[in-house]
Amino acid sequence: MSGDVVQLHTPLGEEVLSLRAGDHVELSGIVYTARDEAHIRMKAKGIPFDPKGAVIYHCGPVVQDNRIIAAGPTTSARMNELSGFLLDSGVRALIGKGGMGALVREQLKNRGVYLAFTGGCAALASSHMTLKGVFFEDLGMAEAIWVIELDHLPLVVGIDAQGNDLFDKVIQRAKREYEQNRKKV
Amino acid sequence: MKTPADTAIHASLADATFQAYREAVIRLPPDVLRVIRKAAATETSPVARGEFANILKNIEEAEHLGVPLCQDTGVPVVYLTIPPDVSLTRGLYDGVAEGIRRATREIPLRPNVVDPLTRHNTGDNTGQGMPAIHVKPGDSFTVTVLPKGAGAENSSRITMLLPTHQYGIEGFVVDTMLHAEGKPCPPVFLGIGIGSTFDGAASLAKEALLLSVDRMDDYEQKICNSVNKLGIGPMGLGGDTTALAVKVKTAACHTASLPVAVNVQCWAHRHATVEVKRVR
Repeated sequence: MSGDVVQLHTPLGEEVLSLRAGDHVELSGIVYTARDEAHIRMKAKGIPFDPKGAVIYHCGPVVQDNRIIAAGPTTSARMNELSGFLLDSGVRALIGKGGMGALVREQLKNRGVYLAFTGGCAALASSHMTLKGVFFEDLGMAEAIWVIELDHLPLVVGIDAQGNDLFDKVIQRAKREYEQNRKKV
Repeated sequence: MKTPADTAIHASLADATFQAYREAVIRLPPDVLRVIRKAAATETSPVARGEFANILKNIEEAEHLGVPLCQDTGVPVVYLTIPPDVSLTRGLYDGVAEGIRRATREIPLRPNVVDPLTRHNTGDNTGQGMPAIHVKPGDSFTVTVLPKGAGAENSSRITMLLPTHQYGIEGFVVDTMLHAEGKPCPPVFLGIGIGSTFDGAASLAKEALLLSVDRMDDYEQKICNSVNKLGIGPMGLGGDTTALAVKVKTAACHTASLPVAVNVQCWAHRHATVEVKRVR
């Protein structure tokens, strides 16, 4: 691993602006899970928590008896068109997997960061989590907004507030590699 | 009419299905673990090493806590082998479905199964044609559960190549992964079905995932190397390991056809086989 792990605690502030794509961080404090349905509901009816400095986690957990059983990230790209209003309201970080498009990369500039958590690591995630509450429970287990307290969840900065995007860099290089090999055939 | 023997088989098949699902979602098979550990040890990118560290810790935590590795506990794909003295009846399908419902309640699993058009969730991971059950004759009575998550399944593709374009197979596999990017939770396992018919190639691709993944022949290794040259890496964050293994399964096909299917599987390549207990 390169360098030190940056410690972050919610609510987040301007400290996120100095993070760089590729930095390892550990996040503690409150996060709010939200997938497609929760985004649509919040956009139409308002955000049910204080969005200033808040963190959104793209996740549909398995919850049993008021306990988080498994809570890995879902594919963030599904929320590409649905995230602007959250950042406009003061949200400072989005957590998920797979990265987000150019639109979100622009929306994050000078405001916030995208933090990647390892897909499939639901048991590891739950061992860093305590369930604190829920909004929109009628949307069902996967789509409700779960209020979760994190204790040092290990993440990597995927997109920083300067527009550096690890995912985009990787895919641009993969495309060049693919084109070069195709010419050889 | 149900005989007492039918009822006993129903109950033991439901139990075996439950056990196999539980084993599959909590513990990875030994060959899968071996290739993940090997790749983690040789990975050179610092970001990718961090991803592997999380993956290895997650595998430990799931076992320690007795909870699913991933919250996407998939849709149930089930393979049954039926010995000569067991009749293939509707009851066998019901027994498997009963095991899936119990697994959903007790493990627990996330209810993922919905109607394709209304999107109504059945709440118990069964539905029309689900679990997907594949039956083959065999010497022993076993049930294999392969829970299939959506991220990886959604990146899978099929093509009908010209029969003279065998050289295009590798390109199609690499292109599939290029389009998938980080979405299927790489590093992935790729099951490749070559030959048969349109639908048969897709079945072969999925069955290829059940072959031992810690051995590759020269052809599989060559495709795997080409995929890894893309550098997509764990979670699309870049790195040496994009594919952990490529497995190929073939079947005879029409002289004018070359069906090729790629079934993408995430690093959490979950599957387990349990023998169905028989009362003699």
